[in-house]
Amino acid sequence: MSADHAGPATALAARVRQLEALLEDRGLVEARKLDRALEAFLSGASPANGARLVARSWLDAEFRARLLADANATLPELGLSMGGALAEQRLKVIQNTEDQHNVIVCTLCSCYPLALLGPSPTWYKSPAYRSRVVRDPRRVLHEFGFMLDPAVKINVWDANAESRYMVLPRRPVDTGNLDEEALAALVTRDGLIGVAPV
Amino acid sequence: MAELFGPGDLVQASRIDPPHHTRLPRYARGATGTVIERQGRYPLPDARFWQLPAEPEPEPVYTVIFSARELFGDGDHTVTLDLWESYLRPAVTEGWR
Repeated sequence: MSADHAGPATALAARVRQLEALLEDRGLVEARKLDRALEAFLSGASPANGARLVARSWLDAEFRARLLADANATLPELGLSMGGALAEQRLKVIQNTEDQHNVIVCTLCSCYPLALLGPSPTWYKSPAYRSRVVRDPRRVLHEFGFMLDPAVKINVWDANAESRYMVLPRRPVDTGNLDEEALAALVTRDGLIGVAPV
Repeated sequence: MAELFGPGDLVQASRIDPPHHTRLPRYARGATGTVIERQGRYPLPDARFWQLPAEPEPEPVYTVIFSARELFGDGDHTVTLDLWESYLRPAVTEGWR
């Protein structure tokens, strides 16, 4: 059996509220402390973080090499981390190349690099995406409107354990005149998951 | 305890279908792949079921790459999974590649 987080959201929310109330009733957690911790974490969690990493990687080959080799050690250079309110998670950044494209999924639940991509889209958590992208990624990309060159190989990264993954998309052509901020603005959340070119 | 496997090693995922939580997805069971990276050590999720309430000993986790043909019988892509050492045993033949 594997964890399935796609059950009724209302039942899960009620269970979480109940747990939170119990923790507060028994004095184990100060009232609203959990809310404040979550708000603080989520306020910094955005795909803009992933986009900054990508833009810097496009401009600075040494930064890119460090990011690909050891992402956790490199994130602090841009004031980022995979820690947030919780224990630090291992991050692996994978680079799209001329002949290799990468796509991310968590087939068992919805593991996702929240700190760098923000809250995950609903489709990422759907049983349809989770089951189909490992089986036929090219068709799923087509359904996202992304017609990948048939000659480009695809690897699907199943984030089924403790690591989190982020895709480093290829830099679009004719962007040689753009600065770091303008480059970051080209990068989309879907590009960081691998279901869009950038 | 040293890691049993390293990059380049052929491994086969367990076929066991346990009656409890596991992080070995069903589609990879019994399949043969190649270790591409050591990830460090993490508590085996299955052991949380066996040993509650004690925290299980961390064990090595590997990134393992499989061909779609090996996993599904067809397809031209590859899939990587993150697999605990307990889910793996050494493999001798390469399966579908």
